[in-house]
Amino acid sequence: MIPGTFEYYRPDSVASVVALLAKLGDDARPLAGGQSLIAMMKTRLASPEHLIDLSAIAELHGIREQGNDIIIGAMTTQHELIASELLAKYLPIIRETSLVIADPQIRYKGTLGGNVANGDPGNDMPALMQCLDASYQLVGPKGEREVAARAFYNGAYDTALQADEIVSAVRIGKPVAGHGYGYEKLKRKIGDYATAAAAVMITMSVATCTSASIGLTNVSETPLWAEAAGKALVGTQLDEASIAKAVAAAEAITNPASDMRGPAEYRTKMAGIMLRRALERAKSRAHG
Amino acid sequence: MNKQTPIDIDRAERTEKLQGMGCKRKRVEDIRFTQGKGNYVDDLKLPGMVFGDFVRSPHAHARIVSIDTTRAKALPGVIAVLTAADLKPLGLHYMPTLAGDVQAVLAEEKVLFQNQEVAFVIAKDRYIASDATELVDVVYEALPCIVDPFKSMLPDAPVLREDIKDKMVGAHGPRKHPNHIFEWQIGDKDATDAIFANAEVTIKEMLVDHRTHPSPLETCQSVASFDKIKGELTLWGTFQAPHVIRTVVSLISGLPEHKIHVIAPDIGGGFGNKVGAYAGYVCSVVGSIVLGVPVKWVEDRMENLSTTSFARDYHMTTELAATKEGKILAMRVHVLADHGAFDACADPSKWPAGFMNICTGSYDIPTAHLVVDGVYTNKASGGVAYRCSFRVTEAVFAIERAVEVLAQKIGMDAAELRLKNFIKAEQFPYHSALGWEYDSGDYHTAMKKAMDTIGYAELRKEQAAKRAAFQRGETRELMGIGISFFTEIVGAGPSKNCDILGIAMFDSAEIRIHPTGSIIARMGTKSQGQGHETTYAQIIATELGIPADDIMIEEGNTDTAPYGLGTYGSRSTPVAGAATAVAARKIKAKAQMIAAHMLEVHEGDLEWDVDRFRVKGLPEKFKTMKEIAWSAYNSPPPNMEPGLEAVNYYEPPNMTYPFGAYFCVMDIDVDTGVAKTRRFYALDDCGTRINPMIIEGQVHGGLTEAFACAMGQEIRYDETGNVMGASFMDFFLPTAVETPHWETDFTVTPSPHHPIGAKGVGESPHVGGVPCFSNAVNDAYAFLNAGHIQMPHDAWRLWKVGERLGLHK
Ligand SMILES: Cc1cc2nc3c(=O)[nH]c(=O)nc-3n(C[C@H](O)[C@H](O)[C@H](O)COP(=O)(O)OP(=O)(O)OC[C@H]3O[C@@H](n4cnc5c(N)ncnc54)[C@H](O)[C@@H]3O)c2cc1C
Repeated sequence: MIPGTFEYYRPDSVASVVALLAKLGDDARPLAGGQSLIAMMKTRLASPEHLIDLSAIAELHGIREQGNDIIIGAMTTQHELIASELLAKYLPIIRETSLVIADPQIRYKGTLGGNVANGDPGNDMPALMQCLDASYQLVGPKGEREVAARAFYNGAYDTALQADEIVSAVRIGKPVAGHGYGYEKLKRKIGDYATAAAAVMITMSVATCTSASIGLTNVSETPLWAEAAGKALVGTQLDEASIAKAVAAAEAITNPASDMRGPAEYRTKMAGIMLRRALERAKSRAHG
Repeated sequence: MNKQTPIDIDRAERTEKLQGMGCKRKRVEDIRFTQGKGNYVDDLKLPGMVFGDFVRSPHAHARIVSIDTTRAKALPGVIAVLTAADLKPLGLHYMPTLAGDVQAVLAEEKVLFQNQEVAFVIAKDRYIASDATELVDVVYEALPCIVDPFKSMLPDAPVLREDIKDKMVGAHGPRKHPNHIFEWQIGDKDATDAIFANAEVTIKEMLVDHRTHPSPLETCQSVASFDKIKGELTLWGTFQAPHVIRTVVSLISGLPEHKIHVIAPDIGGGFGNKVGAYAGYVCSVVGSIVLGVPVKWVEDRMENLSTTSFARDYHMTTELAATKEGKILAMRVHVLADHGAFDACADPSKWPAGFMNICTGSYDIPTAHLVVDGVYTNKASGGVAYRCSFRVTEAVFAIERAVEVLAQKIGMDAAELRLKNFIKAEQFPYHSALGWEYDSGDYHTAMKKAMDTIGYAELRKEQAAKRAAFQRGETRELMGIGISFFTEIVGAGPSKNCDILGIAMFDSAEIRIHPTGSIIARMGTKSQGQGHETTYAQIIATELGIPADDIMIEEGNTDTAPYGLGTYGSRSTPVAGAATAVAARKIKAKAQMIAAHMLEVHEGDLEWDVDRFRVKGLPEKFKTMKEIAWSAYNSPPPNMEPGLEAVNYYEPPNMTYPFGAYFCVMDIDVDTGVAKTRRFYALDDCGTRINPMIIEGQVHGGLTEAFACAMGQEIRYDETGNVMGASFMDFFLPTAVETPHWETDFTVTPSPHHPIGAKGVGESPHVGGVPCFSNAVNDAYAFLNAGHIQMPHDAWRLWKVGERLGLHK
């Protein structure tokens, strides 16, 4: 658990990060909170020769409103997500999710940008971002581009991010007022990644579900947006038969690994149970 | 209550000042621990010190074709790379284990478990050492491996230990197969078999106490510093038994014992993991002798979990024979013990299966027979007593699960079955069928107090209602009530049956009163967090009337401390605690002579009064211990040698037998398999209580580790011998959030043979806790005829039980 040797850089602008990445090539990695990267370096699963620390770049911090969107800077920590009044008002599901990530010490360091860029299916934010239909703002030598969270993940640690790009911010459309939400996560203990987790956003019109979006964490190589499961709920009264259909549709797209959290069949079933419970909570919160 | 006289009040005040036995004295060591001022091995920085790191095997079983160190040696900063070829000429490529086997220090021809030590790189800093391990080129030829101990002795099983393949008699008798280590038998086989053949009721269950690890927060580490001029070696290390390490180092290195200085500074937890000797210790010593500079070795977390001593891995086929009315007549147990690649169990040498023969538990079982077969597999070696006396958690798990299985079979309440079979108070000292003499106990009183406090009858009613509701589909939760009534056996031990490599298992205390009446005392034991500096001082305070705050306790430096066998198996209080009391009494006897001289009376005219000797009938004529101390040095009686000190090497006449009654209430979510502990009540009887607060702390810690073991902690291997989850991400170490709330209670049944009646408590809660949790889980599913559910009871395994029983929609 001793990392290899590396050079350390601490630039103060996005432009200089991009220039450094272009110059140093594949052997360079951005460093955000280090809560995933340093652990990988200690076990030598990652051995970057150059570490580019993003923490001194002011433009990567902060949460703000921009018209109908909320923009969250990549270096915003999970602790800041929990404390944000703006998010509490528009996107309380981000707070609910952040609170079940790791433990308070890790949340002081770990960032939203690191969490979504990491590409580890165990991270909770990616499935939530897919559920919210967020998009990531990427900056590279050719300038800026935006990629939808639902199109960002190709496989474990394999994303649309190029080696010479960074995530600068995450853009999320404000959900309608009165929406129902729930993030339900099964884990073995504080500080553990999900055995399975589900993010649910719904809107209701009286007793009828008018929209539903579902994300699943850690039950495949990538986060999953359970499109068919969401569709199965729209237009229904969220009765048992429709829920069972949605759960079956969600379970059908999972492909979890068997690990110390349990065998694959268990984790698939837990994705279903987490979805049920998240949905129940979302329903109880929705008023439309 | 009688009115207190001024004399009573004065005496009470003087007693309180002492902070002696029975008082909740705050732990003095916590002042430094809570401020980050502890002094651990890794804090040590010596001039010129260099660092070692291991090249480890990726294979569980493989032949080593070649080792090429050229690239590693070429890396700037690398000083040396040791392999078996370097150690062999010194006779150090193997080292003796505590169990009479040998263990590879660096693998010579074969590797036998994943992460086994293959080469030791020494470099000028820790990072370079780590880099260089990746540059040692080892060519392996993979071999078929054995992970399942039930396959070790198959006729066509691959032979693991080629180094001893022709040695068909091991340290504990004949070996039946090249992968067999020993067979150990005790009890009356024929009588037991006869009772089973005719019994009205029998039960038989294969109970697995799965492989886990003691996982102290501080990993194993050492710093060796060899002075070539003086020919002296100083070795700092994480040693639960520093004196034994010194003797072993002397025996294997050939250095005279007085030229070896072994020092165990503060230790960050041991739980049995730090009893044995490890390759890292040996390599740091060899490195320092060869290079003439200090060599530091510090294990990382993965190395600790995957290579240093594991615990358990006992596969216990457990049988009881009883009458229809639930009177147990006989017990028969066969254990298949998976010892891994080398037999490096840390047991007293004559006890290859530890004290597994305490498995008749708290019950009057007249006839019993136990067989233990130890086998080799391609896993790390160990089998240490993880927060328990030797194999006692295993033994208690066997009997405490078995009585529940029996109770269920005959349809009797599990508490009632226990009450019916307990050894009765008047039967003590009790001779068990498997050879122990239980010193004292009052099991019925403890059990009834526990049942009343927890409200046992009401809990059973609630459970019945919940079960009915579950069957009507109104709840998805199952309620389990766990019981365990354990008897520990601690304080090894009497030299007639206990030794380690021929060293008898006494322990020691040396107490010296300074002229001004303060004290330094040194013991042969070594605290790893148990609070010895606090509690030994309390014993001395009560015995000698000097305030505990004026007493310094020192352990761990083999140059100054008297020889002792160290701390594990809850032996510190039973053995060194006894030595402390006896040494104090020697001092007191001399003090009485001095006081008599000072007061010009006959010794027999004096009586002890808290902190002084006073003349009988004349309470105003007295000399305090403090005054006596001054006099002892400066004006002793004629013909008496000056000074006031004593040493005692205590040979315990018997073990001590702490016991307790534990209850657990658990609620299990059938759909996820998540189990929540609603209540846990622990009544402990550890004899005389030295410091109730420390006892409570020990009980909390022991229960937390029991909770961990029962509910998820494990060292698992896949079928190719890869060790799974050897990090704190997967290895279950509960945090404050997962840990249940503990309710503690006690009864007091002193040990009749111990000078202060104390029995030891540090390990009882672990021993009693593991079966209590497992019984709660098993009880939750019992009405669904689930059969025995193996540990660990983590969520996915309990969910699987639900699947098997068809409980999921
Ligand atoms: C014990 C423990 C438990 C944890 N449990 C959870 C959990 O339950 N759920 C969960 O979601 N997370 C968990 N985490 C991870 C934690 O949330 C991390 O903070 C997060 O995954 C990564 O964020 P970071 O800022 O630390 O990124 P880093 O570790 O610094 O970086 C992670 C990766 O992303 C890249 N990266 C970082 N920022 C950017 C950027 N702006 N642009 C491009 N690439 C970038 C890095 O190069 C690296 O490859 C846990 C961590 C620990 C140590």
